[in-house]
Amino acid sequence: MGAEAQWARAVIALHLACADPGGLGGVLLRARAGPAREAFLRALEHGSARLHPAMPEDALFGGLDIDATLATGRIELRAGLDAHDGPLILPMAERTPPRLAARFAGMLDARRAHPLIALDESAGDEERVPPALADRLALHVDLEAVPLAAIGPVETPLPGPAALPRAQDAQIAEIAGLAEAFGVPGARAGWLALRAAAAHAALKGRAVIAAEDIELACLLVLAPRATHLPEPGAPPAPPQPEETRDPGSEAESLPEDNPPTDLPIEAVLAQLPEGMLARIAARKARAARGTGTGDARIGNRRGRPVPPRKGRLGGTARLDLVATLRAAAPWQAARGRPKGGPLRIRPADIHLRRYEQPSDRLLIFVVDASGSAAMTRLAEAKGAVELMLAAAYARRDHVALIAFRKAEAEVLLAPTRSLLRTKRQLAGLPGGGATPLARGLREALEMAKSARRRGMTPTLAILTDGRANIALDGTADRGAAASDALDMARAIRASGMEALVIDSGTRPEPALRALADAMQGHHFALPRADAGRISAAVSAALDA
Amino acid sequence: MTQPFPFSAIVGQDDMKLAMILTAVDPSIGGVLVFGDRGTGKSTAVRALAALLPPITAIEGCPVNSASPADCPDWAGITTNRTHEIPTPVVDLPLGASEDRVTGALDIERALVDGQKAFQPGLLARANRGYLYIDEVNLLEDHIVDLLLDVAQSGENMVEREGLSIRHPARFVLVGSGNPEEGELRPQLLDRFGLSVDVTSPADIDLRIEVLRRRDAFENDNAAFMLRWQAEDATIRDQILSARKALRDLAPDEAALRDVAELCLALGSDGIRGELALLKAARAYAAFRDDTAITRTHIRAAAPLALSHRMRRDPLDEAGSEARVGRVIETVLG
Repeated sequence: MGAEAQWARAVIALHLACADPGGLGGVLLRARAGPAREAFLRALEHGSARLHPAMPEDALFGGLDIDATLATGRIELRAGLDAHDGPLILPMAERTPPRLAARFAGMLDARRAHPLIALDESAGDEERVPPALADRLALHVDLEAVPLAAIGPVETPLPGPAALPRAQDAQIAEIAGLAEAFGVPGARAGWLALRAAAAHAALKGRAVIAAEDIELACLLVLAPRATHLPEPGAPPAPPQPEETRDPGSEAESLPEDNPPTDLPIEAVLAQLPEGMLARIAARKARAARGTGTGDARIGNRRGRPVPPRKGRLGGTARLDLVATLRAAAPWQAARGRPKGGPLRIRPADIHLRRYEQPSDRLLIFVVDASGSAAMTRLAEAKGAVELMLAAAYARRDHVALIAFRKAEAEVLLAPTRSLLRTKRQLAGLPGGGATPLARGLREALEMAKSARRRGMTPTLAILTDGRANIALDGTADRGAAASDALDMARAIRASGMEALVIDSGTRPEPALRALADAMQGHHFALPRADAGRISAAVSAALDA
Repeated sequence: MTQPFPFSAIVGQDDMKLAMILTAVDPSIGGVLVFGDRGTGKSTAVRALAALLPPITAIEGCPVNSASPADCPDWAGITTNRTHEIPTPVVDLPLGASEDRVTGALDIERALVDGQKAFQPGLLARANRGYLYIDEVNLLEDHIVDLLLDVAQSGENMVEREGLSIRHPARFVLVGSGNPEEGELRPQLLDRFGLSVDVTSPADIDLRIEVLRRRDAFENDNAAFMLRWQAEDATIRDQILSARKALRDLAPDEAALRDVAELCLALGSDGIRGELALLKAARAYAAFRDDTAITRTHIRAAAPLALSHRMRRDPLDEAGSEARVGRVIETVLG
């Protein structure tokens, strides 16, 4: 399927979202900045408001207008952008923190009169649009692969809310069948697909929903949420509605040439964008990753108090009353405060509370799953990670898992607190192959850096028997492999990560001690390690 | 949307509905935790419950919905004795709520404008005598969780800050929902929920169709749909009201107590809270079904709700704890 069709579908999605903003919520547009996205957003130029995930909450959802309140001496409220009479555009939707996503979800549940267009600009698996938000935006489209040549005009003006035709019973059954066939979780998506089909029929000026509408709804709503592909050739047939059901006018308005449709799965599959099939197939593994959502590090709500600082009252900051009064006090005479009158406070006087908070710890396990380690140690390493997980669970640590074998290092688990997921990933960890230690370390360093950007304190725990034999560039060269591993170790030290190396070989390996020294980390030789001892060693090193 | 989706019209999810009804019959059971996929009607059920519950009588203008003037906190300055009927409060605690909004805080607006030191009640005050609903409870920030644990334990909210010293009753049924794939719940908070249920996506296609059908009727044929289901809702409401009355006369006999204790022992559930929750849930269930004694039927039905989240769990044991509870029920109760 071509890029033109993909572009056309994105345009249809926009029109649908405008035709039924309350029901469909809006569009989740996967596109980084580029001509396609610009062309798409140009249609929204007039009347739309741009949001940003980093906006203070009172700007988004309204609150006290401090400046006006202090100036007038009366309580002045200001409306948030959620009250804006027009479409809302949310760039960098993947950066939306969970608490903001919850507010947006509430806003969408309350049914706005205009759609929300969320732009997903995530670069990899590491980030994703919070599911609470993504799930409520009915239409998911991808402009990533649309080249300049494929971009057509977007018809404006955009349609307004339209009266939607009602689905027939058979069509309800059909959409339910499609949702089932694509393994779409939850019940919301089915309903959204139904609305999308009805909206498309309305846009086309039809009084009844046609097969074409359902096909489109399936493409825009159901297929992007699929967890598995329908069995080709054996679509689960929806049960035919009983004859007695709904004998009303709808059945009579059914056009003659519209026989009870077969599931249009084949048609839908044929039109899915390239790469979508592969992505759906990989969805299971991917769904198990995502970001481990935890607490945001917010400097003004808990922890050890640090001196207050000037600032503006957003939705979440807390006023430091004493500091504010202290800042205002010297100026009272200059501001002409009458004797006994109320204090004259200006917005510039406002001081906020700030707190310092120890950040969450992230334990990154880098596990050697190579052939030399696999037979004897992999099971033990798994056991140790499981025990550590149980301990981390109690301490509210985050955990991540990287395995290296053959020529590759693979992130099996992005930072998470979910034990369920970790357990599953761990159980499926294969073993065998060469030992690309340097790649494992590089992967771990990258993850640690990105975790630190998100405010966590990463610690690396490296489990290996130390016989590195694959260099960073993928060649099988022992000498290069060892020096690459040492280089990576130095890089880890340079970035100031805490690290410990657990030597799981049958005989302690001097190279690993050197590695640990290069990282300025702890080193443990555990010739006959069992899971319990590894776990105890790691805990002891961490608590030291 | 003026009216929420009717409670009785929710397709399937019987465990969730039962758990919510039981807490409505006996609020002291202590809350429901609903864990499961997105879009499975968790929020819908809570909103529906709010519409289903019988109204409460409260003093006019009281910020904590007190039943009598004596219960009104003195800082509210309530002088009237008049009461009015209000719907049972169902208060949303949004994920991003600040501590100030939850507990209440100095009224900054009045402090800035009038220089007055006044208390602005928070969500906990509004939820008193009703429900506090937390969507995505597993993503709630730790300091809010700490605060909730404290209040849920004591039934009282105390605010000591900015020169304020305020306390008011805060007794509410905690309803939490979330998706376990996105994060675990702290064991301390887990234990605080009386009942827990796992909800799943509709398993078969007929259910999916029925979900869509009812939703379609709700949106497009609202009047007839509400008429049809509000009658059912009214039936449930009456049952809840009569069950509340019946609760007093339902005392567990020796055999029931023994069953409950044996079940909890066999499951190795921590502490005594499990026994109490199970007993209360079984009693509420018996009352709801208008039965005159607590029997094994009731205990059997209530046990998965009351116990599956409190077993001393190997946090890595993947086999659903519900399955384990089921097995133990079979062996203990036969």
